[in-house]
Amino acid sequence: MLLIRCPYCEEERPELEFRNAGEAHIARSADIAGDSDDDFEKFFFIRSNPKGIIYERWRHIHGCARFFNAVRDTITDKFVMTYKAGEPKPSKLPNNSNDVVAK
Amino acid sequence: MAKAVASKADTAVLPSVERRPALAGRAASGPSVKVEMLPPAQRISLRAPETAIAALSDALGVALPNKPKTSAAMSGRTALWLGPEEWLVIDEAGNDPLADCAKVPLLHSAVGISHRNVAIAVTGAGAAATINAGCPQDLSLDAFPVGAASRTILGKAEIVLLRNGPDDFRVECWRSFSDYVFTFLSEGARDAAV
Repeated sequence: MLLIRCPYCEEERPELEFRNAGEAHIARSADIAGDSDDDFEKFFFIRSNPKGIIYERWRHIHGCARFFNAVRDTITDKFVMTYKAGEPKPSKLPNNSNDVVAK
Repeated sequence: MAKAVASKADTAVLPSVERRPALAGRAASGPSVKVEMLPPAQRISLRAPETAIAALSDALGVALPNKPKTSAAMSGRTALWLGPEEWLVIDEAGNDPLADCAKVPLLHSAVGISHRNVAIAVTGAGAAATINAGCPQDLSLDAFPVGAASRTILGKAEIVLLRNGPDDFRVECWRSFSDYVFTFLSEGARDAAV
């Protein structure tokens, strides 16, 4: 079982308490009615689906119930780090998740 | 005339209003653990911003905990930290925490959920092992000390877990899940080895 660090509970908790909530950092347009169809399609349907590092939203639904963001490696399935919702994309990623826990 | 007939009929078929809590009185036990339904209690779900915490703590008579996975208890009333700015307040002394919160003029949300939840006591040397039959959290005393509280899962149902003592847990679940949770715990109690 994966242990995922919830930034609100401030500890690693079993994956069964969590639920994935899609890709993170997708900003909704301020004027969505004025967007072109192509822009709306990009916002609504198109996801990066990378091989390697992905930024995702997760929800600690059976715990504190809060959404947060996580950086995950899609090859190894390992969580690199997690951070609170609303915080900017981390500019520098740690080598492993223990660095973040120690901080 | 019609009115008189109606009121007469009302009294004749008035259903019993006696409250029957889910699974009241049910109990199960294993070699080292007892699983019992707890009596009804008053409960509220409380959401409040930082600015209202002090006033609500005063009104409730129990300091709302601010740290994850903790609880605070004072004269029959327990406040459990469920998430940031979210608490479950349980009153076993028969007082209404909802009325106490209503006296606070600051922004907050208190919702009465006394009838939504039921509580199950899991006690005995095998209590942690019993709950771990379906709950993936680390329940060792280092990771989940006495007084620790957390929303988590048991099998497929969401529960709120509170540790009252080294071998004494309170499991809160929604009453519609109570049959599932109770049966799960009694199966766990049968298998719990110490």
